[in-house]
Amino acid sequence: MLSLVLIFIASLFFSGLISRTKSILSGRKGPGIFQPLKDVARLLRKGTVYPATCSFIYRMAPVVYFASVVAAILTVPFNGLSGILSFQYDFVFFAYILSLGKFFCIIAAMDTGSSFEGMGASREALYSMLAEPAFFLVLGSLGLLSCNNSFVDIFSHIDFSSTQALVLGIVAAIILTILNMIENSRLPLDDPKTHLELTMIHEVMILDYSGVDLALIHITGYLKFALYAALVANIFIPLARSFIGAVALFVAIQALSAIIIGVIESFYARYRMNHNPEFIFALTAVAFLVIFSTFCF
Amino acid sequence: MFEHLYINNAETIDFAAIPQIADYGEFSSYIKESLGSVSRHCVNFFGVENTIAGKVILIVCIADDESHKIEVFSHLCDKNAVLAHCGVAALERYEREIHENFGITFEGHPWFKPVRTAADDYPFYHADSEEVHEVGVGPIHAGVIEPGHFRFICSGEKILHLEIMLGYQKRGVEKLLVAEAPLEKKALTAESIAGDSAIGYSNAFAMVNESLCGFSPSEEMLYARTIAGELERITIHTGDLSAICGDVAYQLGSAVFGRLRTPIINFMQKWCGNRLGKTMVRPFGLPYALTPSLRDDLLDTLAKFEKDFREMSHKIRRFPSVLSRLEKTGVVTAEQAREIGAVGMAAKSSALCRDIRLSHPYFKYDSLTHEPIVKHHGDVYSRTCVRIEEVYQSLEYVRSLVAEYPFGTHKAQPAQNMRPNSFCIALTEGWRGEICHCALTDADGKFVSYKVCDPSFHNWMALALAVRGNEISDFPICNKSFNLSYCGHDL
Repeated sequence: MLSLVLIFIASLFFSGLISRTKSILSGRKGPGIFQPLKDVARLLRKGTVYPATCSFIYRMAPVVYFASVVAAILTVPFNGLSGILSFQYDFVFFAYILSLGKFFCIIAAMDTGSSFEGMGASREALYSMLAEPAFFLVLGSLGLLSCNNSFVDIFSHIDFSSTQALVLGIVAAIILTILNMIENSRLPLDDPKTHLELTMIHEVMILDYSGVDLALIHITGYLKFALYAALVANIFIPLARSFIGAVALFVAIQALSAIIIGVIESFYARYRMNHNPEFIFALTAVAFLVIFSTFCF
Repeated sequence: MFEHLYINNAETIDFAAIPQIADYGEFSSYIKESLGSVSRHCVNFFGVENTIAGKVILIVCIADDESHKIEVFSHLCDKNAVLAHCGVAALERYEREIHENFGITFEGHPWFKPVRTAADDYPFYHADSEEVHEVGVGPIHAGVIEPGHFRFICSGEKILHLEIMLGYQKRGVEKLLVAEAPLEKKALTAESIAGDSAIGYSNAFAMVNESLCGFSPSEEMLYARTIAGELERITIHTGDLSAICGDVAYQLGSAVFGRLRTPIINFMQKWCGNRLGKTMVRPFGLPYALTPSLRDDLLDTLAKFEKDFREMSHKIRRFPSVLSRLEKTGVVTAEQAREIGAVGMAAKSSALCRDIRLSHPYFKYDSLTHEPIVKHHGDVYSRTCVRIEEVYQSLEYVRSLVAEYPFGTHKAQPAQNMRPNSFCIALTEGWRGEICHCALTDADGKFVSYKVCDPSFHNWMALALAVRGNEISDFPICNKSFNLSYCGHDL
């Protein structure tokens, strides 16, 4: 329950913090930290327009997408307390409930019949598929490290007494942060700021959404950011000795993740589209390295 | 054979002096033969309605870079005549335009389709295949850009073919310039043909008008116009560099170049009251002379600009993640550039030296010993480098022109009447490439025909070739690296 509340609170700041970082680093004044929330509030007051070609799938996709992310959040533990949903191998449920949401986004994009959105859908499907092994390898190695098989047990039984374990924990955290950027279509794979449909991945799939639906998709995006950062935080929470320390660590890791994403987006150009798979494969290779190292314990 | 006529840039001749080749076969084979040399390219090819009803005079202007002259010759044919395509790819768009205006058909033309008047049901090139898909973009785009339709045929992410359809901004500029109107109004029209080349266009317009009147502009006018032209080049190149960085999502470059453009356009605002240099150049006069205080301001602005520009351009030319996007993307080979008759920046990036400042110098360029920047790879990176180095070059030119600027020497001279039955062609090098204005006067010394040719008219084909075999997600960066004009093409 606590993780649900914390993730919801963190999601309010996450996107705003990224854009603040970016505007400060490029020497601009930039919008305030709450601008994303103001945008959502504005969208919620607006009416919704649907393309003439779409079916019920298009209308239900934002809700399914939102619900899938909330369901995934329910499984996330905090400081030894299990999430609302907790069972053996719940991280498999976590990964595939997110995929379900994404699947609906993809078929909804195809539903519009627009050639742009079909292109975006095929790109999104490809990159999520490629990113999946990395996630399971990381979670698998954390499971091996703690000899457990559910989120709450994995995260509360990681033994950071040895330096090797700490190094592996840090590498796993880096992989999860990069996965966060891939899953949320950020640089270097996708550019959320571009207005050029031909280069977009995620943005082009939601081009036709408006009003409440678009607001829901944005909210889901913010939640997803905080969700992955919460997994990163969970790896290190055993290091905190008190409850207050755990909350402080959680907040610090959320903020750090947002700032890191902002810094990367400020100083790097985007990859060429055909380099994206190579980048994700490299990530998977590192994840393999992590899992092999855990066998050595 | 016939008497060849070679004229200088912005020289006025009697219309009757233009040699006429009576036989179309000879006319078209001479065009082909003449364009066989690398140093020659066609700067304009158009039809003019003749005083004899039902007849059209086709006029060809071919620039010769070696002799620094322009060869002009013509052919008289019937309206709605059926002629043969001359076999030069660079002229195919001109032939389509002539067909649109006079109904003349060119047989054997590679793709006889509309230039500016596509109907809604225009049949785009289409591939009947299960494996390829088509993507249509525009004419209304996301973002504040001009209208144009792009039809891609793709296999997965790879572009196999791109068809570009323009004409959504046809305003009938050439007719407006011929119609009876005060000179000031026409000058406004001329500089609004393509808003990003306001000075390039108004320079060409002033050259044509002054030459037809036998008016020789004062030294101060020439200096002011040349400086304004180079400042326009700096402004637009810097803005485009910002946009290129933006397209590869390199935020730092986009922000820095975007900021650098502002002080230069703000200086133009101080100088002539318009940030894009509109009203800066007017025929027969010098509305805004440079003053010593403006000069100090300009030199100060340029010094500050150059420091940051050097740092940022140095960075993007060495930054791996930017280079990996720019290098080997959107390649136009030297042969392709030559075949389609590319001009200006697009040509210079593909190892083809086409620069009016060198080949047909006007204003103060003959005293500047201009050496065009030529790159050899023809990719987006080459076009970026041409921009960066042209900015450095323009900074030098502006400084040396300002140093010898003849302050306060301009004296107003009365405007004269235009010579009757005359022809004049003026070429200027805008930031995008050569801008060509041709004018013809009637027996009363009034315009009877005014033909404008924007560099984009030559270069749109280069974009279509550049994107072939590239990923569709790289189209925007290819497009931005050329930054061609839609309104300059549509007129």
